[in-house]
Amino acid sequence: MTVDGFALAHLRRSPLGHLADRFAASSVPGPGGVRLRELPFLTQLNLRLDPTGPAAARAAEALGAPLPTGACQAAGTGALRVLRLGPDEWLVVGPDGAAPTLGDTLRQALGEEPGSVVDVSANRTTLELAGPSARPVLEQGCSLDLHPRAFGPGRCAQTTVAKVQVVLDQLDDEPCYRLLVRDSFAQYLADWLLDAAGESQAPLLASQSAGQSGGNAMKR
Amino acid sequence: MLLIACPWCGERDETEFHYGGQAHVAHPADPHALTDAEWGAYLFVRDNPKGEFAERWVHSAGCRRWFNVVRHTVTHDISAVYPAGQPRPNEQGEGTA
Ligand SMILES: [Zn+2]
Repeated sequence: MTVDGFALAHLRRSPLGHLADRFAASSVPGPGGVRLRELPFLTQLNLRLDPTGPAAARAAEALGAPLPTGACQAAGTGALRVLRLGPDEWLVVGPDGAAPTLGDTLRQALGEEPGSVVDVSANRTTLELAGPSARPVLEQGCSLDLHPRAFGPGRCAQTTVAKVQVVLDQLDDEPCYRLLVRDSFAQYLADWLLDAAGESQAPLLASQSAGQSGGNAMKR
Repeated sequence: MLLIACPWCGERDETEFHYGGQAHVAHPADPHALTDAEWGAYLFVRDNPKGEFAERWVHSAGCRRWFNVVRHTVTHDISAVYPAGQPRPNEQGEGTA
């Protein structure tokens, strides 16, 4: 959502804002741990243009990141990310509030070339799933091969996680994943991830609370 | 479960796609010139081969692009995947790689 007037900013509600406490409680640090949180209100711009035309080079220069042209490729950093969605389509993900300036920059780069720049920030919210156990958690609901031999930093995919359509973006080796999900599916996906994370962390939590008999005392 | 190689995304589960029926069914250049029977045939009558069949799929849960697949209707073997608008490769089907 683009909020031009600062007076409106405090009225915004992110789809998962009410789950912040549960995300924090479910996060497990350490070598087998996993962390889950929402990155609300990220700027998302849908960019369409001819990848072989002059506008592509101008857009890449304006973004400071190449427009990736290979299947399922991502470029840039967590601060400004360019995800390839199709042969002539990208999703530019930036920080909250960047939509007006970033949009103008891209529209200037597009110039008179055929294409479009559309602010779709309100389409999706972003879940960040990170930590050494992030991949096994995700693998419980994602049929893509997420092993480093097939997927890694610089890769993104439009696929399904727990039957929900997401844009999946891997930022680094930790691994740290972003799941961009439609607002109306966000609660379901967050619940599913909390459950999946709880399941994968159960042995870890059990070992941490060694001495307790039975698994019922596990903190979920 | 079929594993379908989207031309833009790579191999994905069948559940990410939707089926679009026979490929290469051209819209009549002048629909008004058709008889009712011809129009009905264009709308409703499709090939139903036992063997290789060129058909349309859309990667609905992915890139949302339409593309064409040559699939064997008995074995489900997929022998070709190609972008929409391109002619069907190896028209002879069986026997070619
Ligand atoms: Zn695709």
